[in-house]
Amino acid sequence: MEFLIEMSGIHKSFSSVQVLKNAAFQLKPGEIHALMGENGAGKSTLMKILTGIYKADSGSVKVKGRDVMFADPKEAEDHGVAIIHQELNIIPKLSVSENMFLGRQLTYGKTGIVRDKEMKRKTREYLQRLGVELDPEAAADTLSIGQQQMIEIAKALSKNAEVLIMDEPTAALTDREIEALFKMMDQLRREGVGIVYISHRMEEIFQMCDRISVLRDGAFLGTEKTADTKVEHIVRLMVGREIGERYPERSSKIGAERLRVENLSDGRKLSGISFSAAAGEIVGIAGLMGAGRTEIVRMLFGADKKKKGKIYMDGREVAITNPSQAIEAGIVFVTEDRKHQGLVLGMSVRENLSLTNYKRIASAGVISAKKDYELSDKMIKRFNIRTHDPEQTVKSLSGGNQQKVAIGKWLGELPKVFIMDEPTRGVDVGAKKEIYSMMNELSEQGVTVIMVSSDLPEVLGVSDRVIVIHEGRISSILDKAQMNQEAIMLAATGGSSNGH
Amino acid sequence: MAIDKKQLASTLQKLGPLIGLLIITVILIIASPNFLTVNNILNVFRQVSINALIAFGMTFVILTGGIDLSVGATLALSGALTAGLLNGGMDPLTAIIIGLVAGGVMGAVNGLLITKANIAPFIATLATMTIYRGFALVYTDGRPITGFESELFTLVGGGYFFGVPVPVIITIIIFAILFFILRKTTFGRNVYAIGGNEEASLLSGIKTGRFKIYVYALTGLLSALAGIILTSRLNSAQANAGFGYELDAIAAVVLGGTSLSGGRGWIVGTLVGALIIGVLNNGLNLLGVSSFYQQVVKGMVILLAVLLDRKKANS
Repeated sequence: MEFLIEMSGIHKSFSSVQVLKNAAFQLKPGEIHALMGENGAGKSTLMKILTGIYKADSGSVKVKGRDVMFADPKEAEDHGVAIIHQELNIIPKLSVSENMFLGRQLTYGKTGIVRDKEMKRKTREYLQRLGVELDPEAAADTLSIGQQQMIEIAKALSKNAEVLIMDEPTAALTDREIEALFKMMDQLRREGVGIVYISHRMEEIFQMCDRISVLRDGAFLGTEKTADTKVEHIVRLMVGREIGERYPERSSKIGAERLRVENLSDGRKLSGISFSAAAGEIVGIAGLMGAGRTEIVRMLFGADKKKKGKIYMDGREVAITNPSQAIEAGIVFVTEDRKHQGLVLGMSVRENLSLTNYKRIASAGVISAKKDYELSDKMIKRFNIRTHDPEQTVKSLSGGNQQKVAIGKWLGELPKVFIMDEPTRGVDVGAKKEIYSMMNELSEQGVTVIMVSSDLPEVLGVSDRVIVIHEGRISSILDKAQMNQEAIMLAATGGSSNGH
Repeated sequence: MAIDKKQLASTLQKLGPLIGLLIITVILIIASPNFLTVNNILNVFRQVSINALIAFGMTFVILTGGIDLSVGATLALSGALTAGLLNGGMDPLTAIIIGLVAGGVMGAVNGLLITKANIAPFIATLATMTIYRGFALVYTDGRPITGFESELFTLVGGGYFFGVPVPVIITIIIFAILFFILRKTTFGRNVYAIGGNEEASLLSGIKTGRFKIYVYALTGLLSALAGIILTSRLNSAQANAGFGYELDAIAAVVLGGTSLSGGRGWIVGTLVGALIIGVLNNGLNLLGVSSFYQQVVKGMVILLAVLLDRKKANS
């Protein structure tokens, strides 16, 4: 048996929009195979067809040489094909072993009485195979995202999965958890499991994957051996054009002090946060997951209450106790979680864009339909949001285009301070570069940009200065000359370094 | 072409309740000769206006993702208050205004409990439902307040204007205003946004707490209006007036296609939903169906409507 999975000639349309055209994919046993493509290229659709969530219009799917077309994910699992979704299927209040055996509890015969001890024992066994030490009795919500993910993987393997599809598995993990995950993937590879790895993080793909397949606009463009190819080549395949440098050229014109924060604290995690940022400056905020980066910017925006501290804009103290005061002061905020915090998914692109721009489309609380439509049309063009209709719901857009809406809605007029939390998470290379260019453009117009990011190359690529957070405090502020990966990591893990 | 099909589907979805209303109406016209008379139709409209006014407010509440169980009690307390003030010799207009303001305040209290004290809408309004009803009993001492002398006050519920009952005219005017608010104003947009995603709305600078208080206050105000109309028409205010009206209002909203999880729906649907319930009540009465069976039929219509709605949403 040469291939675990062979998909060929796959076509799929949703209401006359063709999302897959003659797509193909092959997976060998014991390989980690990256599936790449821009947002909307059809990666998820292809995998949903493989696992029986969608039905292909035409084409063939073979699993271990046998023609199949799964009716639902359950059937796919029975044939050894399991998918680990980006959003985990973990029930928070249940224990590790209860989650592991959800829907297929071990019982005494057909009595419905569960064999608790046996399930715990097996859970421990499965987790040990992955080299994970977890208490089977611990409630899932007391575990980190990385540990919860391990439960899902162990669960899949306990059902004898030979094919594991992982959709952006590292998006929410800390560096150490990523390391643990990679070790586990290596282990599975040696055991002959085939892994389909979907991610936008090039570094990880070139570190972990044996082969890379690329989709563009729903079509299969080819498979390359990782050892024989380069990042540039893959990127060119994905976007169909040269996108040049990953981080656009930038000539900073740093002006007067715009924002100053003094001794901010939330009485829990954060204390003594003081920094300033100038007009036209891009300030990166780096640190490990959970260090308090998001908490700082949320407090700055008034989304969380501050216990102590003062915020100055252009030298004047401003009172910020809720987001609307922050917006009034010229501070806007693109959240890290666009689905739950950034967008009203059920509303149209137009409505989402206008939510923050009432001043421009309404007078005395009455919305001018004409101005409303004009504004959204203009923004859709300006930010290159790919939608066939401004009335399309935001839910149906691809991740990158959703992010453009989440960012664009703040740019009806020029803000003074633009805060972005993980602005490129889950966004493809092309859209990433558009977002970087937008940040540059804004800073050239004198906007202060503050960017929280877990992606170190990104922090280094776009920031003029980096503030590093460690356990709720600023451990270091590095300027351009002092910035490098080692210095940031050192400060993020609690080592003291000011570059001196 | 797919877009046209989609639009057609969404239009059909919106028209669904209206088609349902038409079918019921046609059946009743055929089944009962007394249904399609000017008098009866005006009567139906007048009966519907009470539930419609409450259901309009409920639409706003449900669009924000909430629920208000206290509307019936608010109706009773506001109606009783106005009646008591009238009989105490107060000028009718002032008494009505005080009744309306009291309803608005009762709604605002609901809003404050939900936003500031962070109590789930179901629980908060379940509690105030009992409290407001209790106050109504205390205020009326359990006896009906009756015998109003003001002619102006009698007009509110019983009068006609160019042959149309005054409550119907009031309902149409209120409907037009609320339709405009939901469709054309930032307030309406915020109501949908809060129901769609409260967290994202807050982080977009919408003062979600304040708007929710407004929405509950509006519902209280409309319930009070319904209470005053009812009191005027019956020429009596009773502490147990409006008992169970919250369920009729919720039913009208749901029949109209508004999603109970918030963010999706429209007020035209609610008007149609209230008409369906009203026409059904009236028709079953005319047909001599026992009031016990009427309840069964009403419940089944609601189930049927929701099932059909879900089927359309899935296809």
